[in-house]
Amino acid sequence: MKLKLNKKDFKPFLQSLIEEYDLFAPVQLVEGVSVFKKIDHPDEVDLSTPNPQKPAKELFFPQSETMFRYEKAGEKNKMTSTEEVKRERILFGARPCDIEAISIIEKVFVGEECTDVYFFEKRKKTTIIGLGCNHPLSTCFCSSAGGDPFLRAGSDLFFIDLGEAYFVELLTEKGMVFHKNKFFKEADSKDLTFVKELEEKAFEKVGYSIPVDGIEKRLNLMGESLFWDRVHEICMGCRICTYLCPTCHCFDIVDEDEHQTGQRVRNWDSCLSSLYSLETSGHNPRPTTRERTHQRLMHKFNYYPKHFGQVACVGCGRCILYCPVHFDIRQAILWTSSKRPRGLEGGMI
Amino acid sequence: MVIKKAYVETTDRMLRTLELSFLKEEDAKDFRFIPGQFCELSVLGKGEAPFGIASSPTENGSLKFTINKAGVVTTALHHLEEGAEIGIRGPLGNGYPIDLFKGKNVLVIGGGFAFTTLRSLIAFFLHPENRDKLKDLTVIYGARMPGLLLYKEELKDWEKRSDIKLLVTVDWGDKDWEGKVGLVPNVLEEVAPSSENTYAVICGPPIMIKFTFPKLMVLRFPDERIYTSLERRMKCGIGKCGRCNIGHLYVCKDGPVFNYAQLKKLPKDY
Repeated sequence: MKLKLNKKDFKPFLQSLIEEYDLFAPVQLVEGVSVFKKIDHPDEVDLSTPNPQKPAKELFFPQSETMFRYEKAGEKNKMTSTEEVKRERILFGARPCDIEAISIIEKVFVGEECTDVYFFEKRKKTTIIGLGCNHPLSTCFCSSAGGDPFLRAGSDLFFIDLGEAYFVELLTEKGMVFHKNKFFKEADSKDLTFVKELEEKAFEKVGYSIPVDGIEKRLNLMGESLFWDRVHEICMGCRICTYLCPTCHCFDIVDEDEHQTGQRVRNWDSCLSSLYSLETSGHNPRPTTRERTHQRLMHKFNYYPKHFGQVACVGCGRCILYCPVHFDIRQAILWTSSKRPRGLEGGMI
Repeated sequence: MVIKKAYVETTDRMLRTLELSFLKEEDAKDFRFIPGQFCELSVLGKGEAPFGIASSPTENGSLKFTINKAGVVTTALHHLEEGAEIGIRGPLGNGYPIDLFKGKNVLVIGGGFAFTTLRSLIAFFLHPENRDKLKDLTVIYGARMPGLLLYKEELKDWEKRSDIKLLVTVDWGDKDWEGKVGLVPNVLEEVAPSSENTYAVICGPPIMIKFTFPKLMVLRFPDERIYTSLERRMKCGIGKCGRCNIGHLYVCKDGPVFNYAQLKKLPKDY
């Protein structure tokens, strides 16, 4: 169904969502730093940042999440579970890359054998409103990674900014709930043409130059090559790439004890940390950044594809933008595809 | 679960065995496992850690774990008294391929405190109902010193039996030790069991495994018939949290038991 929402109706529309749902959308915390946050007033929503620093995965897999609370009472311990989501939720304004990433994590967390109830409960109670990327950044390479700036997959509704209005598509059953929404008007053929134009412009900007295709096989063949000796060199193990990665989903579980009460908490963890695989005996199967970078890249481009048939990278470019030493994952991907990697002799810089 | 019985196993007091019983009878009934599987044990406020099940499924009603004091959770488990409650998640992992062993000889090689799940396997096959399923059962078990051997009373019982060939060895004997002195790989070489129709199950410290594999090669054990159980730092135990993978396989979910043919295909980060 092709609809549109005039910009003057945008805030009233958001207000109507707040009344019925828990609404999450991009919010600017300080200048240049924005995250997805629960919205109490439409004015908080800020769509000026191309893509919030922290990916939308946080709504389903929070940075820190209580798994249960406990109360120690002599022989009888009391446990309270915390996974229930009471109110239906809406994620508004996530970009196609972040939405695709949620489905990548979902494949791991909602498996055939065991389901992660904390993730699943949030996922099933969330309606996703995606937002097309009119102006991809120079670090974006979603088209190379199998997505595109206007990929609808995973969204229940999809918004495209037409300037004066948003073009609105209802894509799933959850999306069709909105088909009689009073703020939505019928879109006309002029809007459709404009959408096409915007799409073409964005596609052109993102391009298809990063050879992600076939990388799983190339890495199989590479084995223990020079590539691994050099690619990790500049990494100092700060881990920001993994925390801000929309597909990274490793976690640690710890108890936070306050004498008689406390909670078991899971926190984001990172394979680039030396503590990540350190065993109590002192043995560490991944003792240096070489093994840890190997793990990061192999998990994304070789191990994950072996299980699920797609790479665990959506080309959002956050790891490139926020890396303090300019580790460029696109460069690493390029190196895997050339026989004599240009510049490899000199490392990443 | 409740700690029914707890006792120190070794003279260095670093290994303590806990016998746990279920709080609810239906849980005891529903809990089915095979030797080689593990559980996450947890102490509220301290955390959770994985441990191989040392009891056999044939020993109904309780579960046994032998715990090396190494970190926060294990130290807490060493200090808990009988009657204390602890949390459990499991059984986890794949366990030993006991169906493959049927009608075959089995050679068990263990070192140090990695003997726990091997004890489960041996006790399982020594049960009257299961002993006929195997042909010869040979066990080589070594520890650094006599005082560090686990399950000493049980070893004495096994030595008396005719349906198991048990060889216990220590790296250094003491004045009371009358048994073998020698490293596990050397004892294996000396005993030289036939690889014909035989599976080898090996579990021990990395240094022992490193030197035992070549000896098994010399004895012509094919890679597919050498099984081992790996350890990795783990959190969730169900293949979600990420850390225990070797290549595309997760030790918690696809293992911890692998054969040597599988391991050869994986990156060498273990």
